[in-house]
Amino acid sequence: MPALKAAVDNGADAVYLGFRDGTNARNFPGLNFDLDEAHRAVNYAHKRGARVFLAINTYPRPSQWQKWCRAVDQAATLGIDALILADPGLMDYTARTYPDLRLHLSVQGSATSHEAIDFYVRHFGVRRVVLPRVLSLTQVQNVMKRVKAEVEVFGFGSLCVMVEGRCTLSSYVTGESPNSSGVCSPAKAVKWEESSAGRRSRLNGVLIDVYAPDEPAGYPTLCKGRFEVGGNVYYAMEEPTSLNVLDILPDLYRAGVAAIKVEGRQRSPAYVAQVTRTLRAAIDACTAAPETFTPEVRWVEQLDNVAEGRCHTLGAYSRPWQ
Amino acid sequence: MKLSLGPIPYFWDRDRVSDFYARVVGAPVDIVYLGETVCSKRRALRLPDWLDIAERLSAAGKEAVLSTLTLIEAESEAAYMRTVAENGRFSVEANDMAAVNMLEGVTPFVVGPHVNVYNRHTLELMARAGARRWVMPMELDRETLAALQAQRPAGMETEVFVFGRLPLSFSARCFTARAHNLPKDECGFRCADYPDGMPLRTREGQSFLSLNGIQVQSGETYNLVHEIGELRALGVDVLRLSPQAQGMFEIVDAFRGVADGHRESSAAAAMLEPYQAFGPCDGYWYGAPGMNQVSGD
Repeated sequence: MPALKAAVDNGADAVYLGFRDGTNARNFPGLNFDLDEAHRAVNYAHKRGARVFLAINTYPRPSQWQKWCRAVDQAATLGIDALILADPGLMDYTARTYPDLRLHLSVQGSATSHEAIDFYVRHFGVRRVVLPRVLSLTQVQNVMKRVKAEVEVFGFGSLCVMVEGRCTLSSYVTGESPNSSGVCSPAKAVKWEESSAGRRSRLNGVLIDVYAPDEPAGYPTLCKGRFEVGGNVYYAMEEPTSLNVLDILPDLYRAGVAAIKVEGRQRSPAYVAQVTRTLRAAIDACTAAPETFTPEVRWVEQLDNVAEGRCHTLGAYSRPWQ
Repeated sequence: MKLSLGPIPYFWDRDRVSDFYARVVGAPVDIVYLGETVCSKRRALRLPDWLDIAERLSAAGKEAVLSTLTLIEAESEAAYMRTVAENGRFSVEANDMAAVNMLEGVTPFVVGPHVNVYNRHTLELMARAGARRWVMPMELDRETLAALQAQRPAGMETEVFVFGRLPLSFSARCFTARAHNLPKDECGFRCADYPDGMPLRTREGQSFLSLNGIQVQSGETYNLVHEIGELRALGVDVLRLSPQAQGMFEIVDAFRGVADGHRESSAAAAMLEPYQAFGPCDGYWYGAPGMNQVSGD
């Protein structure tokens, strides 16, 4: 709740929230909302002109189906502005039961092309799609020319290097994945080992990284560890770094992107306040004068200060990164 | 129970692919999935080549199915997918919702393991769209399968991945090119040098994963040979074996014997042992971490 307030107070147009259980893909301890809190959050946001989107974006198995449907039923009573779903079966249920409820396709829905998006638009009337972080800027622009839904893209936060919704690395190691449990590299599977030689991080026993005594250590997200391939030890999949789209904001604006999604739900209120304030300023400047927009140095510094690995990348938006 | 060969996940050259399917013609498998599912830059074979192989397998009494690319990024990839979807001769395995969208109402199809079917309601949606078979996503367990089998749509066949390195993730980035410090645009097709993928180990030397272009696979080999009786009891129709460079036809024989009831699973497990470079795993089936080996050897 404090993070949500920080986002609203610092200029977010909309905030995401999830229930406090495995129905959403940020199922981490201490996060999210029960029904009462969700009501208060919606009131808080709406009074200040911000919209609220609720995420129920994991894939329910048969034994979980009733619980996920109940979450949709509860969401429908909250007066939220949109429901963010990934599972096609749950979308079918929602579209039939609550035809007036606005639906967004979660990034966990893994739709990367206009053809995939068309499936969700035709069947469920999806109004907005969050694109996975695997497309280049040109590819995003091409998708946008052909879809009958709004497009939202990731703008700032930890970089997910794999296509969302189709990565099971985490369940391979820990038994829990974003699709099935709403978590990646869950904290309960993390173990730190300290020794004079440095610090080791393990995920369910698998050595993810080794840090020298004076080296800053990051959370052991398993795709961001250092491993040995072909005799070399390096970040074989991805460095610990953040995605930051400030450099291409005018391109995204001109392409007609409906919203920039900022990772905030696993973060402190101070982080959320800082990032929201900075991006609000950047987006306002870009909207006012897209042709002359350049990111201010202090914005970049402010974001790098709170970024994973204290550095940033354009990720897949930029071809050389790939 | 039928046996299927999944699509070749690796980048094998044209001769290797031709030799492989020339042997498949005489091998005891019932269904063969064909085509490039990992990286659209791999074009050793074009659609007419795949169709030619499909015709030969079909003439040998096998069901040939064309598999589509899993991760679509470029318009050209979607356009190629459409020509596959509209080939008019062979059925198609959809590995992305884009392919489902193209196949819906056009021709019956197979829902591949990379379309997220986690419950009956999604499976029914796929059935209404024209699916006649689905391949269970690899991270699902036996309890989920039992529940889905109890209520599966009429006429829907169920296929389960029972042997091979598990495809765990896909990325915009090529991990093989990265391992060689090459940009993806100038990858030089280095993945062709690794017909079974590039092993990735932890800094303690533990086998962990396998890099295959933009795909990350498990290091261990998923192996449900001990669970075939259970799969049969659950009414599973098709067992999928994922092609690898080492020992594929010995693997087919081992599974054929167990599927036909001619061979004990322990005897088959012994036959399979040399072809699991870093040992077996079966955790997903038991609802455990996928890398675990739960059933006793």
